[in-house]
Amino acid sequence: MSHQRPLVLRLLIGFGRFWWDFLIGDTPELFVAALTVIGVIALLSEVAGANVAAIVALPLLVIASLSISLYRAQRASRKL
Amino acid sequence: MVEALTIVFAVGHTRGWRSAFEGVAAALLVLTALVAAFGPALVSVPLNILRLVVGGVLLIFGMQWLRKAILRSSGLKSMHDEDAIYEAKVAELRASGRSEGRDRIAFVMAFKGVFLEGLEVVVAVLTLGTSAHRLGLAAVVAGVAIVVVAVAGVVVAKQLSRVPENAMKMSVGILLITYGTFWTGEGLRVRWPGGDTMLLGLIGIYAVVSWLGVTLLRRTRASVSDVVA
Repeated sequence: MSHQRPLVLRLLIGFGRFWWDFLIGDTPELFVAALTVIGVIALLSEVAGANVAAIVALPLLVIASLSISLYRAQRASRKL
Repeated sequence: MVEALTIVFAVGHTRGWRSAFEGVAAALLVLTALVAAFGPALVSVPLNILRLVVGGVLLIFGMQWLRKAILRSSGLKSMHDEDAIYEAKVAELRASGRSEGRDRIAFVMAFKGVFLEGLEVVVAVLTLGTSAHRLGLAAVVAGVAIVVVAVAGVVVAKQLSRVPENAMKMSVGILLITYGTFWTGEGLRVRWPGGDTMLLGLIGIYAVVSWLGVTLLRRTRASVSDVVA
């Protein structure tokens, strides 16, 4: 089937698949976490003007996201 | 890039070097065209938007790398084994029959290996280079790195498998997540205390967090093994 698709479409699908694997892959929680981090920091910095809170919250949220993802991986490995 | 080199070696060794090198050359050509096409366009994007997008991408990429490196160091994920990848690739290539003249399979395998691995380098070069307004310098440094990896691969192919790859990947992950945090903040108009020197502070914070992560996961793993035993 894929050979019947036009070259441009195949290239576009390949390009989309690359970005999907690159940004989401097997860790969709990290993708969602990064969007959440950006949203929260945008609210703190751009809307509330709370610069100090944004400085503290940004690395803390990243660490929390990483910890949750590691916890999920650990639980998944225990099930195996 | 080490993974791409492993694939090229496996392809060249089993199916002939000519088609493998043609695949490598074609992939490098396409990657160069991508940098030439998208590089100048990215420079004209407003800096705050660029830093936010780049910061977001680096944040995701950095967290993925660091997560993988921490899981490997703690023993929850098996280490990356270039020798095993090489053997698997050779077996796969031997299983598919050999064709006369130009070897299509060898060309496609070498092209895909170099292109996909190289695309990650291109994304890193374009994003880091344009955000710091040093696209030319970033491209030159990446080019030098590619040449060094290729030469090192040819000269010390066997010893390459003994390089502590996971430690390197953890360092890269810490740097990616640091720049991701910093530029996401800059893109959202966060004023970091100390300006660029805050990068050093963030590197320190993420290095300590990585060490803590590895230690905690190792301990948990050991206690679970004790309970099972």
